[in-house]
Amino acid sequence: MKKSKLVLGLSFLAVSGLVLIAADHIDAPSVTGNAADITDMFTFQGQDTNNLVFAVNTQGLLSPNKTAEAVFNENVMIEVNIDNTGDNVEDLVIQAIKRGDKMYFFGPYKPSMTGKSSSIDVSKASGDVAISTYKMNPVTASKNGMKFFAGPRDDPFFFDLGQFQKILGGTATGFNNPGIDTFAGTNVLSVVVEVPKAMLGGSGTLNVWAETKKKQ
Amino acid sequence: MKTNKLKMMTIALAVALVSANCDNNDDNNTNTGNEMMDFSGTYVQQDQMARPAINTVFIASGQPKDDFNAAIPSAMGSKYQSIFQSRLMALNPAYDMNALGQSAAAFTGLLATDVLNVSTTKKTTFFDGTNVLTGRALADDVIDVELLLIFGGSAGTSNPQLTSDHVDANDIAFGTNFPYLATAW
Repeated sequence: MKKSKLVLGLSFLAVSGLVLIAADHIDAPSVTGNAADITDMFTFQGQDTNNLVFAVNTQGLLSPNKTAEAVFNENVMIEVNIDNTGDNVEDLVIQAIKRGDKMYFFGPYKPSMTGKSSSIDVSKASGDVAISTYKMNPVTASKNGMKFFAGPRDDPFFFDLGQFQKILGGTATGFNNPGIDTFAGTNVLSVVVEVPKAMLGGSGTLNVWAETKKKQ
Repeated sequence: MKTNKLKMMTIALAVALVSANCDNNDDNNTNTGNEMMDFSGTYVQQDQMARPAINTVFIASGQPKDDFNAAIPSAMGSKYQSIFQSRLMALNPAYDMNALGQSAAAFTGLLATDVLNVSTTKKTTFFDGTNVLTGRALADDVIDVELLLIFGGSAGTSNPQLTSDHVDANDIAFGTNFPYLATAW
């Protein structure tokens, strides 16, 4: 009884078009497949636990064949937003944007405006790094305790998305064991920045999110 | 005489400095000087995300997904909590309480504001059995955590066929040092 109710619920969802697609991969019509599409974000302690690492991935499900031609866009800023006061409004931003063959980083700094629009305060430049080339060793840079990377990486996300879609579609009632990682063998374009916790403020907890913002 | 010499030297030095600058400008492709580049303009939000799979699980496809991507966290809670709760109950009509002891309203109230909670004093993990929502590490099996909270009931034992996808790790090991993410395929 319970089970059929659940299946009914899932079928209803599938019919109503709520198809689950990955962490945030290919999630919406206006950004899918372009440089503004965020697939995932991670925030974790660095090898040096005095640091936090922010990783923002874009342009999901790149096959090895497509990875070399995938590029960051000079009109699309990748922005890590950090709320250190608990009101879910950003107190600090870290911005990354491509110029030429490099990724330029700004912040963490307090932005002049919060919300949907941003500008770049060039006086808050924190470093830059050559964008790594597919199949070459990753190029990293460091400055003032921060570390910077931009370029193709393996997609760190793992999920049996195919089976989940079957469950939603009503053609399966559960996962298989073992499952199949839909994201195995696929790449993303990553921006990774490591920052001393002392630069991030707060009193023990932060709220963090990633945004892509396009030049108007 | 002396003054003239000094003046000449100053001019020479100034010229040298200017030439050096020009050279730098000529080499701009390999130059790191931000002052040479244009970062002006207003940049407007296209996409946003924090916790994994939130938009994809709880927001209907098409325009609603674009709308959610254009939303800001401080405005999400009031707009999305009830939408998330309807989705949750559609996914699992038997939902009563999850393993964190959250009712449907409490759970979706947390999720509807899509931010990643991060501790600056503890181990950073989505969930490791002890720490809850203190960050998101690369190896965290976030999908199993979310499946368990959606389908597993208060004891985490309900709907066992739906509480793990049995993909427990990435297809390549992560690095221990920067940039941590694995080499592309």
